[in-house]
Formats: sequence, C-alpha cells, structure tokens
Amino acid sequence: MENQAIIEAEGLTKKYGHQIAVKNLNLQIREGEVFGFLGPNGAGKTTTLLMFLGLTEPTSGKVRVIGFDPTRDPFHVKEKIGYLPENVGFYDDMDARQNLQYIARLNRIPDKISSGRIDESLKVVDLLEEVGKKVGTYSKGMRQRLGIAEVLIKEPQLIFLDEPTIGLDPDGTNRMLDLIHSLSREKNITIFLSSHLLDQVQRICDRVGIMIKGDLVAMGPIEELAKKKLGVDKEHYTLEEIYMKYFKEA
Amino acid sequence: MRGIFTIFRKEMEDHFSSIRFLLISALIVMVGVIIASMVGMGIQEESKGMAKPTFLFLWLFTSTGKLFSFVQFIGFFGPLIGIFLGFDSINRERVSRTLSKLLSQPIYRDAVINAKFLAGAAVIAIVLVAIVLIISGLGIRLIGVVPGSEEVLRLAIYLIASILYISFWLGISILFSVIFRSTATSALASLAVWIFFSFFISLGAGFLADAMAPIGQSGAGMDPTLVVKHEQVQRTISLLSPMTLYSDATTTILDPMRKTTQALVLMGPLERLSLSRFQSPLPLLQSLFIVTPHLVSLVAITFLCFGICYLVFMRQEIRTV
Repeated sequence: MENQAIIEAEGLTKKYGHQIAVKNLNLQIREGEVFGFLGPNGAGKTTTLLMFLGLTEPTSGKVRVIGFDPTRDPFHVKEKIGYLPENVGFYDDMDARQNLQYIARLNRIPDKISSGRIDESLKVVDLLEEVGKKVGTYSKGMRQRLGIAEVLIKEPQLIFLDEPTIGLDPDGTNRMLDLIHSLSREKNITIFLSSHLLDQVQRICDRVGIMIKGDLVAMGPIEELAKKKLGVDKEHYTLEEIYMKYFKEA
Repeated sequence: MRGIFTIFRKEMEDHFSSIRFLLISALIVMVGVIIASMVGMGIQEESKGMAKPTFLFLWLFTSTGKLFSFVQFIGFFGPLIGIFLGFDSINRERVSRTLSKLLSQPIYRDAVINAKFLAGAAVIAIVLVAIVLIISGLGIRLIGVVPGSEEVLRLAIYLIASILYISFWLGISILFSVIFRSTATSALASLAVWIFFSFFISLGAGFLADAMAPIGQSGAGMDPTLVVKHEQVQRTISLLSPMTLYSDATTTILDPMRKTTQALVLMGPLERLSLSRFQSPLPLLQSLFIVTPHLVSLVAITFLCFGICYLVFMRQEIRTV
C-alpha cells in the first residue's frame, strides 16, 4: 500500500499485576482504512485502545499514533484523534449543543469556529432537529450518534470506536454503520473499530485483527483470512466461521 | 493549565444552576438573617440610652442571642455546605460515563480535580461573603453602628478562616467521591466524618481525659495539677477536630476581649475580680498571634486533604475510571 502507517505498535504489552492483558502486540494501521478489531469480551481490546490513546501506560513495547508517542506526547495524540468509548456518557441536563461546545472548549477550539463545526457535525449524524433537547431525553441510538458528532468537532484524522453499535436496534445499527462507512469514504478518516459483532464488522471493515486472551492471533483482509483458514475453494464464508475457528484453536 | 478554566467555568455554571446550591444558600441566608435580626434587636433594646460599647458591631456575629450565634452556626453547619458541594463531583462523572471521555480530551488529568476543587471553593467564598455582607447591612440598619476598620479586618480574617474551613470539608467530600463509585456511599462517608468530628470527638476527649486524669464529680478537695492535666488532655484531643480549630480561632478573632483560645478553668471569685481589672480589648495583631497556630493548622489540613485526594485521583487506573 502507498499509504503510510497511522498507528504502529511494536511488542506492546500491558500487565495488570500478574495478569497479562495485552501480550506482545505488533500492529500497523494504514491511513484511510477501516480496521476491525475483534475478540471476545475481556480479550484486551479496550486496554489496547487505551494504550493507543495514552490513557494507560504500556508495561513494555513501543507505540506511535499519528507519529507521536501517546504516553510522552498525549496532547498531540488527543487533539488529533477521536475516541468514542463504549456506552459514551453525556451531561444529561445540557442539550446537544452545550455538550459539544464543552468538548470543543476543552480542545481549545475557539467558539467562533466551533459553532460552525457543531452544526456541521450534528447535520452529519442527523441530529440537527433534536439539538435543543436535553441529552437525557435521547434514545440510545441518538446518544451514540451524538457521540460520533462529538468526535467529529475535533476534525480528527483517526477515530477509535469501542463497540459503537452495541445495544442499538436494527435501524440504529444500520444508520451507525452507514455513518461510519461514509466517514471513511467521504472524509478519509481512519477508523479503528473494536467490536465482537462479526457480521457488522464484515460489512464495513477493510481489514480485521482478531485478539484472543491478549494475543493478536490473526490480522489481514477478511478474504485472505478466509483463504488461510477455510480453504480457497469455499465461496460463501462468513467472518463468524473464521473467527470461531481461531477461537477454538486458541 | 490546560483545560482548567473551561472545567472551572462549567462547574461554576453547574453549581449556580443546581437546586442544591439554591437550597444551601436559601438556608444560610434564612438562618443568618434570623440570627442577625434577633441579635440586632436585642442590642437595640439593651443599649438604649447607654454609650455604645466598643466592637459592638462584631456582636452581630458572635452574640448567641436566643439559640446560637452566626459563628457557631457556620462552625456547625458549614461542613455540610462543603460536603453538599463536593460529595458527587468525581463519581457522578464516573457513573454517567463522562469521566473517561473528559480525560481523552487534550487536557491535563489534574485539571479535572483542581478545577472542581477551585469551583467549589469559589462558590463557598461567594456564599460566605454574600451572607456576611447581608448581615452587616442588616446590622447597620438595626443597631445604627458602622463597623470600624479594625472590625472590618477582623471580619475579613474570619471570612478567610471560614472559607478554608469549609474548603477542608469540600476536600474531604471530593476525596470520598474519588474513592467510592457510588454517590450515596461518598455522601454517607463524608457525613460520618462530619458527625464523628462534631459529636464523638468531644465525647472521646472527655472519656480519655477522665481515664488519664481522673477527677471526681464533686470538685471538693481536688488536686489542681490533676485538674489542669485533665483539661490539657481534653483540649489536645479535641484540637484534632477541625471544628474545634475553627471555632476557637474564629471566636477569638471576632471577640477582642478574649485573651486566649482556651477556656479558663477554676474561676474563683477572687480570680474573676483580678481578671476584670484587665478588661480591655486586645489589639488585632495580638488576637492574630493567638490564633495563628489554629489558622496554620486549618490551612495545613485543607491542603493535606486536597493533596491526598489529588494523589488518589492521579494514580487511579483509567480502567477503573
């Protein structure tokens, strides 16, 4: 690929006491791709994300995100990347605009610039009509989309999404996936998506990585993994079959 | 400090728009006005046709009137203000899952806790200054005495001590909000500390003093050294309480007639007589000297409390955040 790496991890390890959460992770994410980070609950996906964000210090190993070391240079990283945690929270007694404005101010975006960006990003996530309502009255799907809007006001190069569709109804899930897809295609934002909802990942991701018990057991485009694990001749494969195969082996 | 001003501003907005703040200030203003008008009217009656004694104005704050004085009221209920303002400051954000989002913005991690503490302290300062001004205004109308410069200075020192004292309790409640994940637990823990220091420490002090220097009930034929020792033990233990520190310091600074922060024991008729010969007010600087150790201790425990809170917050793993 001609694109350069936006995330590079080398021998990244995180231990909590004696428990190893992430074991010797080597990974490269290219600019502009949608990367699906798969694995069962408690496999170390969120810990990996937190290390990329500089919110947790790795026990050993190196990591560079958009060219900076997140532990040494957290501000550069946090300014340029968006992070949507699982079940993102908002200040429920403020409306959507106030919530976004607070985040914009924390990012030192002047009010003059941020007010335009807030409108724009609310439009992207289709929440412009609900802007005056208190966020406490929002449905789960709306909150999740507001989370995306909040991430967008930074105009990030890279977005980390932690289980963005969990708990959404089918319609909400579809809107979310379409939204993620369009962000990648239209704004050329790199997406790092952590999930265990495999059919959804298959729909939108260019490449996937499978992490089991802190180990990255597979990484590559879905077709490639299918070839490797299921045999070339198989025409219809699902990511689930590949995943289960890896899961049983681990 | 990156982000501290933005968070400070939001916290202030939150405080001022909260029902909690409204309730606290309504309660304080109500009680303050009632006490001040009772005391003011009492002074008006008593001092009719007499020359006004010096430092009459400060009586507004220290005179007990019918129930308790304003100074006693703040000493006792002030901690509740601090606790109300801080008990859910960190764990509320944790419960609503905004804390991890906040920390993933380009701000220093300590900006969150510093801004929350400063915003709480600023609210405390605003409330206290406002109520003291209200009482002063009421007092000027009722007793017709304008405070002199020394009285104003004494009030200013009183205000600073009160802000520190209530900020200490704010620190305690923020500390518990960092440690405990549930807001109910942190509120109860802060209240428990408050109850301990306001009621039980004096009980404990009395008990320990009785144990270490037993004096009889009767008072006849007592060994004076034992009585002094009893008193010393009791004083030392109750000085562990921020409440004692504060009330000793403020009553002394607001009452120039007080020569010491300690209560006098064994006031026989002759001693009383000899003391009354020296009944002249203490200069401000002398009063200040007497309470300096108390004020320094108040500053120290406030900073210590906030320091612990800061350390615990900074060392918490983000996963548990």
